[in-house]
Amino acid sequence: MSGQSLIVEDLSVTLGNGASRRRVVRDISFTVEPGKAVALVGESGSGKSVTARTLVGLAGAGAGVSATRLQFGETDLRGLTDRQWRGLRGKDIGFILQDALVSLDPLRPVGDELIEALSAHGWGNRETRRQRMLELLDLVGIPEPQLRARQRPDQLSGGLRQRALIATALALDPAIVIADEPTTALDTTVQAQILKVLQAVKQRGKGLLIISHDLAVVSQIADHVVVMHQGDVVEQGPTEQVLGRPRHAYTRLLLGSVPGARRHKARIASKDQTPIVLEASNLSKTYAGPDRSDRRVVDDVSFTLRSGQTLGIVGESGSGKTTAARIALGLVGPDRGEVTFDGSRWNAAGKNAVSERARRPQRPHFGVIYQDPLSSFDPRWNVGRILSDALDAGGLPRSQHAARVASLLERVRLPAEYAGRWPLQLSGGQRQRIAIARAIASNPKVIVCDEPVSALDVSVQKQVLDLLRELQDELGVSYLFISHDLGVIREISDEVLVMLDGRVVERGATEDLFINPQHEFTRRLLASAPHLPQPNAGAHATDFNTSIV
Amino acid sequence: MSFSDALSIRPGAWRLPALRLPPLRAILAGLFLLALALAAIEPRLFTAANPLAIAPREAFQPPSWVHLFGTDQSGRDIFTRVIYGARQSLLLGVGAVALSMSLAIILGLIGGLGGRFAERAVSWLLDVLFSFPTLVLALLFAAHLGSGIGPLIIATGIGTAPGYARMVLGQVIAARNAGYVEAARALGHPPLRTIARQILPNAMRPLIVTITMGIGQAIVWSSALSFLGLGAKPPAAEWGTMLAMGRDFVQRAWWLTFFPGLFIVLTTLATTVFGRYLQHRLEGRGA
Amino acid sequence: MSAGVLAFPSGDGLGRLGQRVAIRVLVGILVLLASATITFFALKLTPGDPVRAVLGGPTANPSPETIAATIREFGLDRPLIVQYGLYLERLVSGNLGVSFSQRQPVASVLAQQIGPTLQLTASAMLVAWALALVSVIGTTRRNRFLSAFGSGLEAVAASLPQFWLALVLLAVFAFGLKWFPPQSRDGFAGLVLPTLALAIPLAGFLAQVTRESLELALDQPFILSARTRGLSDLAVRLRHALRHAVLPGISLSAWAVGSLIGNAVLVEVIFSRQGLGRILYQAVTRQDIPLTIGVTLVVTIVYIVASTLADLLFVLVDPRIKAATR
Repeated sequence: MSGQSLIVEDLSVTLGNGASRRRVVRDISFTVEPGKAVALVGESGSGKSVTARTLVGLAGAGAGVSATRLQFGETDLRGLTDRQWRGLRGKDIGFILQDALVSLDPLRPVGDELIEALSAHGWGNRETRRQRMLELLDLVGIPEPQLRARQRPDQLSGGLRQRALIATALALDPAIVIADEPTTALDTTVQAQILKVLQAVKQRGKGLLIISHDLAVVSQIADHVVVMHQGDVVEQGPTEQVLGRPRHAYTRLLLGSVPGARRHKARIASKDQTPIVLEASNLSKTYAGPDRSDRRVVDDVSFTLRSGQTLGIVGESGSGKTTAARIALGLVGPDRGEVTFDGSRWNAAGKNAVSERARRPQRPHFGVIYQDPLSSFDPRWNVGRILSDALDAGGLPRSQHAARVASLLERVRLPAEYAGRWPLQLSGGQRQRIAIARAIASNPKVIVCDEPVSALDVSVQKQVLDLLRELQDELGVSYLFISHDLGVIREISDEVLVMLDGRVVERGATEDLFINPQHEFTRRLLASAPHLPQPNAGAHATDFNTSIV
Repeated sequence: MSFSDALSIRPGAWRLPALRLPPLRAILAGLFLLALALAAIEPRLFTAANPLAIAPREAFQPPSWVHLFGTDQSGRDIFTRVIYGARQSLLLGVGAVALSMSLAIILGLIGGLGGRFAERAVSWLLDVLFSFPTLVLALLFAAHLGSGIGPLIIATGIGTAPGYARMVLGQVIAARNAGYVEAARALGHPPLRTIARQILPNAMRPLIVTITMGIGQAIVWSSALSFLGLGAKPPAAEWGTMLAMGRDFVQRAWWLTFFPGLFIVLTTLATTVFGRYLQHRLEGRGA
Repeated sequence: MSAGVLAFPSGDGLGRLGQRVAIRVLVGILVLLASATITFFALKLTPGDPVRAVLGGPTANPSPETIAATIREFGLDRPLIVQYGLYLERLVSGNLGVSFSQRQPVASVLAQQIGPTLQLTASAMLVAWALALVSVIGTTRRNRFLSAFGSGLEAVAASLPQFWLALVLLAVFAFGLKWFPPQSRDGFAGLVLPTLALAIPLAGFLAQVTRESLELALDQPFILSARTRGLSDLAVRLRHALRHAVLPGISLSAWAVGSLIGNAVLVEVIFSRQGLGRILYQAVTRQDIPLTIGVTLVVTIVYIVASTLADLLFVLVDPRIKAATR
């Protein structure tokens, strides 16, 4: 069935009902040809996912779809009945979603899902379907297909289950495959494997439509890039052209925001002789695993954090970086080792353990910023109350709270009237600014940042990272910065710790480590991180009028 | 095309939502509960007749314009009796919920905040109590406490307490493990302050909904006990007692049981609908 | 439930299942012991002559010899802890005493009465689930009118008190239309009205819970995934969403069995039907303590068995590893 194109001309989609009905996609056009990959790129709210769903007739109940042309091969997709769409889905157009842990039925073995993809279109009989299912698992590079077919998504590794999800979309050899954020939320090394699988799909003559927010991923696989912003296409063309010589300000902003695209040379020089504020030596922590086997989450980890500096901890999921941060914060006691703050014992194992009561007076010297700020705010409180509560902890008299809240908001570049807003009403970037304001409320010496920008769009990510750096320069605070994102770590850290399975495998000054990695894992991590063919885009990003989002 | 506009703060995007009327069903439910409360305070607003006045010649009159809900075996006006019954029923509902919630909150707080051993012990005790069906537990108590409205409240309150206690325990544990509690600890707030200012208010907030819905449920349970002859005694105008008396006449006069029961249903329904609406409001916004 | 909902375990899964059952049985015995203890002490606190409580209630007139024999047997002249020990000893040996209101041993009263109640409970449970599933699958997330109709109906059903529903059903179908007998003796026709009186409110409750979780399930990405494979709406609901949606209802089913038995007190009284409920009612009103204890213990046992079954069913529907005990 290969060899058919998907042609989209002037596609518009309207969603919502009543007063909130809005056009979320406006007059977009592109063509997906056999053996080629088109990428729809944009941040949240750009309309890229809605576009993808519209192309399989799943824009949702009440969606208004119009187009001058919407054609697959010889078939006009406009005005298809639900039954006709069903005949097309899976058979002619395959669809892959992100995160196979929830995109495959969590209660069923993956083999059953594959067989269902075949039987939904009446393909073959019981025996041949089973045969084909095993072939497909093999095709996407899953070893031991007989065994894996009987396992559920939660029993498979992230890479294997994402492959299985891809296999369900390829089951009936569709001419077009649409992938909506296929590598998002995967560890870097797994991401690289999945891109290879998709590359192979393209080489087998399929037309590939990739939806992604990640320009680096797109640059690896797409032949043609369509940049979307709030429902409009702002720029499109061949990949090298759009990413290498961007014409539109928004494209430049996106490219300039990609973490790691910028270096901060000024900071690298001569900053390392400041005094040590936080020192961890030989930390270990073991948790009981599910089947009574102990799991050593943190294993003999040591580090020093100097005043006014940033120590980045990078690692994949399950590497122990978050547990290490929680020990550093004094929220969890280690099994071995100790942490000292300003030269005195702050958190330690066994008989040296520090009581929470003893630690409490020192707490104002520490701040935390979490990945999900919303859950760290009391849902009953507005912004002013959240900040005022933090000021209470720092011992500031009530009479001075209002003025201090206003100045904190100004510090994080938010208008003073935000004190009356509720976190639920704010955007992700604004919530993180509130979290930052809370963290600096008591003039701390150390702020622990646990994946603070991982849930944010790239342009917002950049703003938050810029803010953190500016605050560091103003306040001289030290950051212990946890992230899985090499680009983010490279951009913000003075020194980097690479963690794998609870152990520190490599440490060093940021640029040294990135340019000349010593450990094999660091090299693999760096190699698997997709890179942009670097244009000189960052320099122009500032001419784009950015505001606080 | 200018993108600066699109990226800038969109007006209205985070303005407080405009004041909107609650949905019709919540309004109706609220009005019904209000009317019921009025009837409980001053039944003469709704009817001029005497709920206990006997008129043997008017016995078993079917519903008509004179007797909206008909009359019973002694010729008493059923509409009047239903209206007068509101006081008893609401008193039972509110009293029983107050008792069971107090028990539930005490147990829930001990289990949720008293450390690991207390948590195990309380949840174990609740598991055991939960294995007694509500009506069986209430029946055991009602039989020993004797008849009357006080014992009825106690029996219903105790019977429904284990279920609520499990819920409160769950809420306290959830609040205790919430991200904002860890954040408070990291800020350096002492535990007692965090319990008082964050864990308790957040754990108790959903209980407003439970209490609202629980009043309806408690009325059902207590009228079930009355129906079995364990609560209020005839000829008291209490909905469950009226049902019990009407039961003997189901074959010839359906209205004796239909209307008191209908008011139990409407009250339960109204508390459910109104409770759901409250829940929706509470979850919708941080306000 | 459709065949796709259950996943039968194999190999080590079966072993884990066995372990789960063993733990459940052990916990069940402890619950039973606790229940017996609570009942014992609760009844000890009751005012009145304990000898008369055993021998025939306040109106009995036993001979002095019988009184002396009873005091010896129950250890009523000895400390409370000894009485408690004797009580447990009698329970373990299966001696539940004699019911004076029924004039026969408690054990044989229970043996006669448990059958009809289990029959009623089981049929009400099945009918409730069937009604709930039809309503939920048929109306959740359909057009606005259908969804509102379904959830409205469920809210009304859940608000119906069983005893009132029983009386209304009796007035309409037994006395009015004369389709079913007003008194429930044996056979299918007698079972219909009591079953409906118990099942309809429970169906409303189960449907509300299941509807909420079905709505959650339908928003999950794997549902979208299934649709992109070309599955029809009904197939997506039955093969994928339903299995997730029934889980909360299943874990509530043990509680539901308990509440059905509790409400059977009312329904059995109204329909003059044989069963534990009516016996419990008689025992309680006539202060027949041995029989009250007996029925309470049986109800606890039924609850324990039901919660074990519900637990196993849960694991069959959701085979993902859960902690071995709660």
